[in-house]
Amino acid sequence: MTIDRSADSPSADTFAERVTARVEGGARFCGLFGCAVANGTRLLAILSVNGLLDTEEVLVPDGECFPSLSSRLPAAIWYEREIHDLFGLEAVGHPRLDPLVLPLRAGSARPRPGSGKSLDPVEIDSSPLPSHLQGEGVFTISYGPVRSGVFESVEYLVETPGEDIPYLRTRVFYKHRGVEIRFEGMDIADGVLLAERCEGVASVAHAIAYCGAIEQMAGVDIPPAAGLVRVVHAELERIANHLDSFIRLTDAAGLAVAYARLTLHKERVQRLRARLCGSRFGRGVVVPGGVAGPLRLDASQLLAALDEIEHATRADLRLLMATPSFLDRLRGTGVVPPDLARSYAAVGPVGRGSGQMEDVRFSRPYAAYERLGHQLLEDKGDGDALARQQVRIDEITGAFHLIRQAIDRLSEDAGASDTWSVPVERVSGETLGWAEGPQGEVLYLVGVEDGRLVRVKPRSASFHNLALFHAAFPKDILTDFAFIEASFGLSIAGVAG
Amino acid sequence: MPWIPRGLRDGIVTSRYPHRPDGYGEGFRGTVVVHPGREGDHRVAAIAEACPTGAISIEAGQPRLDRGRCILCGRCTEMYPQAFRFDPGFESSAVRRDRLVVPEGDEDDAALALARSELARRVKALRRSVHIRHVDAGSDGADEWEVAALTNPVYDVQRLGIYFTASPKHADLLLVTGVGAVGMLGPLSQTFEVMPEPKVVIAAGVDAISGGLIGNGYATRGGVADSLPVDVFVPGSPPTPFALLHGILLAIGLLPTARRGATRRSMNPRPSVQSERAAHGPSSPEDPPREDGP
Repeated sequence: MTIDRSADSPSADTFAERVTARVEGGARFCGLFGCAVANGTRLLAILSVNGLLDTEEVLVPDGECFPSLSSRLPAAIWYEREIHDLFGLEAVGHPRLDPLVLPLRAGSARPRPGSGKSLDPVEIDSSPLPSHLQGEGVFTISYGPVRSGVFESVEYLVETPGEDIPYLRTRVFYKHRGVEIRFEGMDIADGVLLAERCEGVASVAHAIAYCGAIEQMAGVDIPPAAGLVRVVHAELERIANHLDSFIRLTDAAGLAVAYARLTLHKERVQRLRARLCGSRFGRGVVVPGGVAGPLRLDASQLLAALDEIEHATRADLRLLMATPSFLDRLRGTGVVPPDLARSYAAVGPVGRGSGQMEDVRFSRPYAAYERLGHQLLEDKGDGDALARQQVRIDEITGAFHLIRQAIDRLSEDAGASDTWSVPVERVSGETLGWAEGPQGEVLYLVGVEDGRLVRVKPRSASFHNLALFHAAFPKDILTDFAFIEASFGLSIAGVAG
Repeated sequence: MPWIPRGLRDGIVTSRYPHRPDGYGEGFRGTVVVHPGREGDHRVAAIAEACPTGAISIEAGQPRLDRGRCILCGRCTEMYPQAFRFDPGFESSAVRRDRLVVPEGDEDDAALALARSELARRVKALRRSVHIRHVDAGSDGADEWEVAALTNPVYDVQRLGIYFTASPKHADLLLVTGVGAVGMLGPLSQTFEVMPEPKVVIAAGVDAISGGLIGNGYATRGGVADSLPVDVFVPGSPPTPFALLHGILLAIGLLPTARRGATRRSMNPRPSVQSERAAHGPSSPEDPPREDGP
């Protein structure tokens, strides 16, 4: 979809009304993005209506505020906090406008992505937060930002009377890198390299979403074979990420053999990805207009490697899902009830474990997904950590199936064409691109003028889903923490920006 | 317990690196090697301009590439394959930042020897058992996967006496990933401060070495080298597990002598059986030792 910037911008007062009315009318809230313009800040609410993306837009003049969406739309809570951090723009009526990605002192200059200006180095205000709960014996445990183990830096502040987790806050700003500003001024070919590094474990999904926006703007269709190559890499990325979620769970459960087995399978997937393109993370594969080249293995070698990995992975996951000491830790843990998942518009395996079934590979097909058959997931509906892992197992099975189909199609099409990408010229405008990453729907708002990026807003599924992480703890205790975190399977790099 | 036989299913999958070379990496983007071009070649200037991280410079008419900046995107290898080529080697860590610039000058051999002997003196007590504390200072998330992979059965660093520890007070070695995000500089230096002497710092990946593609921004400090006394630099974006292992072994002086070089690469063609097997996944102990093995 192309965003028409010439449309009249209605007043900020009705903005919240319009967005919430559309969500109540069945649209799925996908995000609220800001963009600095000459005389203020544009706000774009991204909505998914029957699979198609649509926007509601408003211009907030400098020095003014806008009415918060959050009271009626919990999914907007984190977006409004992020907009406050990056633009200094206040959402009036927000329940808690605490800093999220960039805590600066009041009155400090803000990055204001889209303005085209660079900002001098900032000083982060990481002073401790006042505790939220009052009561005898209530204290705060801070997990992080340096965690126990090899993890990304993030801080979880757990306020607890001892065992329960009545209140949890997540502080992600520690690793804020200013990615949105870094995009500005890049040419579109460099932009994809940065997109791959917004959330490194979902490099392929981010590259596809970014390039999808560029290709729409240019009005080009990628060669069919390039779409199939994108599918192969994206699905291998999904398998690796889902295995990683299981690995972290087996580590937390102390299942040493299962941990060793699954890390071996993940290593084999990563090595297969490297054999296909030279990078263990599929970097450099997706380029604006197609892919950099064909798969570097022939079909028979690739199918043999896939068979080996799938056979071993399925056998071990089957045994894992029949291991009582493992299932006991997941069943009834970290419950996200379906109505909560709906109000936060949860995406990916977190959403699908709680009845939010949309998968944009099939509801809004891109790459070559339209040409490939798939089986719809059944609604697990329980919303606990076990349901999320069952979704992941089904998705691993589905991913292998999609890769095999893509390889078959590539063999059928072989010789039909040797082109792997089409030229992308005269790109200008502003559009949205998307992909279903391993964590869920990845969205990119991309604005280009004269071949240079003027505004890029990556929105990872991790950002969207981490907002509801705190709500998954009502019935759980501290020892469940690692399991709930691993079952969400998110990457902090994609959240902190 | 059905898991016990399951653990035996694939036999031994563990690499024997560093005691035997590991053939993994054929066709893999390990590093970029630079071949001298013609004097005054205009293409080199265009490529230096096109490099997204400014890793390529021209000195005395010849191209030089800074592996501490190179994100392995391959643009130079496509534009000018005669001068820039991917090499599958992973042994590219260095104890001095300037040794990551290739082809290296020969003016700093004495400084390199000094840096090595100083490091060797410090780590003498660590060789039999070394505990690593990893800190993410603003990575893209991929680096953590590669660091964590060191404990999988293929790399299995415990076999070499290398362990990851949760407490910095038990740590000998600080492994840092990420671009030096300002929010992490405080926690990072606190972690370093409480580590007992002797302590060693490894900057893992171009993000940590130079900031990589993110570089210097309002919230980043172009790597961690200005914040910490880095002893070993491991290039890569992200560095592969083998590259990390090479860097760790270089830091604690556990590399067989033949593998210590900052730029030592095996340019000799590998036997085809070896590459075929290497390409099929983890090397097995039956792999024949190559002639350059110890």
